Amino acid sequence: MTAVEATQRVAPRSPGNPVRALGRSTLAAVRMVGSVGVFAVRGVAAALTPPWFLGQLWRQFVAIGFFSLPVVGLTAIFTGAALALNIFTGGGRFNAEQVMPQIVALGITRELGPVLAALMLAGRVSAAIAAEIGAMRATEQIDAMRTLSTDPFRYLVGPRLLAGVLMTPLLTAVADTIGVAGGWLVATRVLDFSSAVYIRNTIDFLQSWDIVSGLIKAAVFGFIVALMGCYHGYNAKGGARGVGRATTHAVVSSAILIFGSDYLLTTLFTHAS
Amino acid sequence: MTDVTPKLAWKGVTKRFEGRAVLDGLDLSVAPGRSLVIIGGSGQGKSVTIKTALGLMRPDAGKIELDGKNTVTLSEGARRKLFSRVGVLFQGAALFDSLTVWENVAFRLINADGLNRKAAKERAIEALEQVRLSPDVADRFPSELSGGMQKRAGLARAVVAQPEILFFDEPTTGLDPITAAAINELISHQVRRLGSTAVSITHDLASAQTIGDEIAMLHGGKIIWRGPAAELRTTDNPYVRQFVEGRAEGPISHAV
Repeated sequence: MTAVEATQRVAPRSPGNPVRALGRSTLAAVRMVGSVGVFAVRGVAAALTPPWFLGQLWRQFVAIGFFSLPVVGLTAIFTGAALALNIFTGGGRFNAEQVMPQIVALGITRELGPVLAALMLAGRVSAAIAAEIGAMRATEQIDAMRTLSTDPFRYLVGPRLLAGVLMTPLLTAVADTIGVAGGWLVATRVLDFSSAVYIRNTIDFLQSWDIVSGLIKAAVFGFIVALMGCYHGYNAKGGARGVGRATTHAVVSSAILIFGSDYLLTTLFTHAS
Repeated sequence: MTDVTPKLAWKGVTKRFEGRAVLDGLDLSVAPGRSLVIIGGSGQGKSVTIKTALGLMRPDAGKIELDGKNTVTLSEGARRKLFSRVGVLFQGAALFDSLTVWENVAFRLINADGLNRKAAKERAIEALEQVRLSPDVADRFPSELSGGMQKRAGLARAVVAQPEILFFDEPTTGLDPITAAAINELISHQVRRLGSTAVSITHDLASAQTIGDEIAMLHGGKIIWRGPAAELRTTDNPYVRQFVEGRAEGPISHAV
């Protein structure tokens, strides 16, 4: 293309460009919210009404719940340990080292346990779901499933959503325990805390709502992780590149939605209590 | 065939992608028990023709009639029932790679018909024998099979529930000539055995003549020629001549 042609091509569009671009991206965002919403409703309906594919559900329980244990556990123990050290040092500035066990417990159960577990799941599970369903889309397996009189929403999406919602709180309970244990390890091995005092302080201080609110968050995050994986995989277009794009979108959108809903839920919970 | 209700008919079917009409008022029908092969160049709407008939794609205009009843407006649930009368062999076989070969073949029996796994496995192994795959293939995964074996397993999955209509999407694409011939023969054998109506799309002329009673040529979103399989090589339709002879020059011009 010559320079003249190039300017002719660009010139007529340029005055309207910023407005048009804004309009285009706004419309795309609205369309996206709408299509995710419709997808979510169909997915939830499939998850909650029979027929259920129990074999698929069990498979997802194992894939999401069991096989995420190592990564969630490792994340939790190091975070708990580092948190304990940080709070001990910070608390020392106003002679409040002794409340470290309580703050670690609170920080882990209300915030870090669910958020970190969910973020690890966004990387591990959301990506895996998007890649698997995306590859099934690219190779016509989803079309094939429909022609075999089986609803892909029931067979693929429903079990993953259920497993996400039910397994993430369980993983978070594990992360809470291991995270507090990480703090305890540092406190007793490095910082001269008495083991019995640390444990009693933690147990006496924690209220059940601290733990329950974290688990409720986890259920919401688990839904987000599974939904984003399914949505981006199901709508993957254009072969291997499309599957790669779907995987990236699934992880990024899961992570952002986890942080956003975390803030919303925390606001809601602090107002409620 | 004028006095028989066609098994399947496209009536004025139009489908556009980004403004370009891939199907442009397509009229086509297949009589019960006949095997129709649709030929045509790449991008001429062959896949879209099958996908609209299957309801995997919704036409922008027109009707798809099965036994004289319009299927375009069917609900999801009604369509699922309709699919129980249909078998499809997809281009890449589209086997579920997380399931074994027999679970693939028995997928409909287990998941839609509620048959128990033992009985379903027996039927799957029978179907595998029909397409000349030995029973020890049954417990392998699709990724462990060659392309030709995957096509056979896909064919077994398509015929296991004895459908009234079979669809074959490019059944020989990507296969060597000998395997392709074997697949063609299996397809025509199965179609005859079941007495099903068959609709195939292909650009492989040998395949078209083996499995088709009739051949229709799709070009520019319309059927431009239709006739008995034997007439494919004798017709003087210039489009068909160019396609059959594989010439770059002629009425069909490709923007390569």
